Amino acid sequence: MQTFFQTLTTGLSDGSIYGSLALALVLIYKATEVINFAQGEMAMFTTYIAWALMGHGSTFEWWAFFATLGIAFIGGAALQQTVIRPLERASVLTAVMATIALLVILNGLAAWIWSPQLQFFPSPFPTSSWVIGGVHISKQDAGTFGVVMACVLILWLFFRFTKLGLAMRAGALNPGAARLMGVRASWLLALGWGFAAALGAVSGMMVAPTVFLTPNMMQAVLIYAFAAAILGGLESPVGAIAGGLSLGVLLNMLGEYVHPVTTELRLPVALGILLVVLLVKPAGLFGRVVVRRV
Amino acid sequence: MKRLGNPIALAVLVLAVIAAPFVFSNYRTYQLAFVGLYLVALLGLDILTGFTGQISLGHGAFMGIGAYTTTILVVDHGVRDLWTIPLGGVAAGIIGLAFGIPATRFAGPYLALATFAIPLAFIGILKRYPHFTGGNVGKNLPQLHSELGWHTNPSIWFYVVCWVVALVMLPLAFLIVRGRFGRAMRSVRDSEIAAAANGVSTAGVKTLAFGISAFFCGVAGSLYAIGITYVNPDTFPIDLSILLLVGIVLGGAGSLYGMLFGALFVEFIRISWGPALLDLFSRVHHIDTHAPGSGLVVYGVVLLLVLYAAPAGAAGLARGLAGRPAFLRRKEDPSLSDPGLV
Amino acid sequence: MPALLELSDVTARYGQVVALHGVSLTVEDGEIVALLGANGAGKTTTLRSVSGTVRRSGDVVFGGKRLARATPEVVARHGVAHVPEGRGIFAELTVWENLRMGGYIVRRPDFATVLGYFPWLQERRNQQAGTLSGGEQQMLALARAFLSRPRLLMLDEPSLGLAPMITREVFRVVTELNQKEGLAVLVVEQNAAVALAAAQRGYVLETGRIAVAGSAAELKSNDAVRTAYLGY
Repeated sequence: MQTFFQTLTTGLSDGSIYGSLALALVLIYKATEVINFAQGEMAMFTTYIAWALMGHGSTFEWWAFFATLGIAFIGGAALQQTVIRPLERASVLTAVMATIALLVILNGLAAWIWSPQLQFFPSPFPTSSWVIGGVHISKQDAGTFGVVMACVLILWLFFRFTKLGLAMRAGALNPGAARLMGVRASWLLALGWGFAAALGAVSGMMVAPTVFLTPNMMQAVLIYAFAAAILGGLESPVGAIAGGLSLGVLLNMLGEYVHPVTTELRLPVALGILLVVLLVKPAGLFGRVVVRRV
Repeated sequence: MKRLGNPIALAVLVLAVIAAPFVFSNYRTYQLAFVGLYLVALLGLDILTGFTGQISLGHGAFMGIGAYTTTILVVDHGVRDLWTIPLGGVAAGIIGLAFGIPATRFAGPYLALATFAIPLAFIGILKRYPHFTGGNVGKNLPQLHSELGWHTNPSIWFYVVCWVVALVMLPLAFLIVRGRFGRAMRSVRDSEIAAAANGVSTAGVKTLAFGISAFFCGVAGSLYAIGITYVNPDTFPIDLSILLLVGIVLGGAGSLYGMLFGALFVEFIRISWGPALLDLFSRVHHIDTHAPGSGLVVYGVVLLLVLYAAPAGAAGLARGLAGRPAFLRRKEDPSLSDPGLV
Repeated sequence: MPALLELSDVTARYGQVVALHGVSLTVEDGEIVALLGANGAGKTTTLRSVSGTVRRSGDVVFGGKRLARATPEVVARHGVAHVPEGRGIFAELTVWENLRMGGYIVRRPDFATVLGYFPWLQERRNQQAGTLSGGEQQMLALARAFLSRPRLLMLDEPSLGLAPMITREVFRVVTELNQKEGLAVLVVEQNAAVALAAAQRGYVLETGRIAVAGSAAELKSNDAVRTAYLGY
């Protein structure tokens, strides 16, 4: 029973990280129908920036966390305006390649600026655990979950209650109609990228203490995030979070209780789960099957 | 003959291939052998992405399947390396088909994501069963040596093998692409709905395209293993799959001869041209060109520039921009192009 | 006095297809103008030429400003409210959220006045807009458009898919808005009868050109118009 709860909390913690990055992917996809393959590297890059702000040190600085969110936001918006916007009307393949190019550039840039050497990234949470009724709940897991969910909640409040958030939602639903109402669609895309980048930064900073800071650290996380986003239905923000949490819990449970599933198989298993879900529910767990006008 | 593409181009290519080992050093010839093998891989990926419109970010894994098939057969079962080439292709092709069956249910972005995970999953599986695959340590293949009673330098022998295979696969690709199946593929690419309405089994076409492209990559992978004489799980990372995709885009997706340019790029960019470009740059700006990551940055920036300037790749430039294929042309704002109820 | 809206020799194309061949028309302040014609005549394209959602050339002057190169966002901010065919409702947002979007460019949207014209919206505010009936959606679209304080309201086929009684109600509200608020209206309609009943003037488009122009009365008594569009 103890292991169950421990595995559950670790699963939720991992899942929140996947979910946050998945949400970033969904935000951009909803607004522009482009999958941002560079989302993981953007997260990685901003995490390096946080590390630099913290003076490469061993203690986590909250001011650096928030500063990084801001930098990520501006960076994301800037990337959209400079790199992505010119290709707005290009083919899908070109758009995909552009985000891949971005992925490559950011990966190389990180290695160039900070060297590919493994670095230690501090965690804001202590490594101890709470003991509740004999169950050990890692403060790190709980803290990660809390921080990520808090960020997601704030974002949700923004979308639900502010004029700009409403405009972004409307713009994603029906960009033509939104423009007729005076919404500057292009700026909103930049905002979308900005938010996505900030979410990615949260993901990166929360996962870095465990996987250590290297230029390739987000690649596996990105896959899990993709899987989570697809599980949730690529158009559903709620689905992205739910998908992430489910995936995190499921993978940890499988790893703990099903013995052939070792760490090397985590990724193939995730892919397998994804394929199975999609065969049964092609639009993901929360997605709607889009009826296309012929 | 029309079905095999421009006969003059083919003739020129054959002549160039024959002449090259006499002109270049052994090392260069060895590199050019890899160009031939990448050509096969890119032809395969082009069939799937350029002609059928399915974006795959996982075809490096099919190369890996071919490579490991060859390795295991040669090392553990003593099969002659040349015979394993088609076998590697077939193994990869079967897995490609198997993947293609469920994969056709996914539309564009979903498919791209699923394929993005294939190489990572493949690596995981390789590491999980070391008894079979040699795990992290990998496996070594026997050194190359020339066969068929011909005594020559292993590099040249490898070059010959690769290009014989390439020059067989190239016409094969043309046959596939120019025939009825090719039309079906292109109809799926250009408009799935219209294709389906015309009786084309889109799922069948996509699955078959997956299988065929995997076969080509498997063959290339077998050649790769034979040439490198060593495989391990890190030989076929996600980078390779991305590089292949970049190769077809730069060569010109939807063009088969363009893949030659793509193959040249894939082989040389990361080794020679990247650092050469950087050297040029560093003379102006004094940057440390041996820094890790700098090559990647150059590669990425070049890719972006090409995407802006020449989205149809080298083939597009050769054709002149007027010949830009429709599916690569700018996607118009639907409200601007849909007359609707005028 | 210059017209509120003036199109001079406007040509519009969708890719290679030319939909408008040099259309010229005017809408004066405070009047209702009907734009009639068969399917494919270019009525929707004309509205799009004003709002900037189609590639056009020629002169489009609104309130003295040249808008031929303007993007839809800019045109909207100049005071043109375009209710496109299909109404452009955000189906997944609530009625209230749709209204808020209508007031996007206005600093202090006047919800009170709007609710005065459409009182039933108040009780439906949290209903998902996609679940409203066709007539209700049309009313919502009108309310939304009105919230942006436009000087010109452009309606594309408001009667589409609506029962005659609902259509009459829609036009009653449009007329009320026109008379009480001085809102100019350019309405595209296939239902010529109901459009000419509300409008002061009208144009008839045929294959991208103005075929007939005149007051509503003139058009109603015009033999060609009567047989082709009014059915008697």
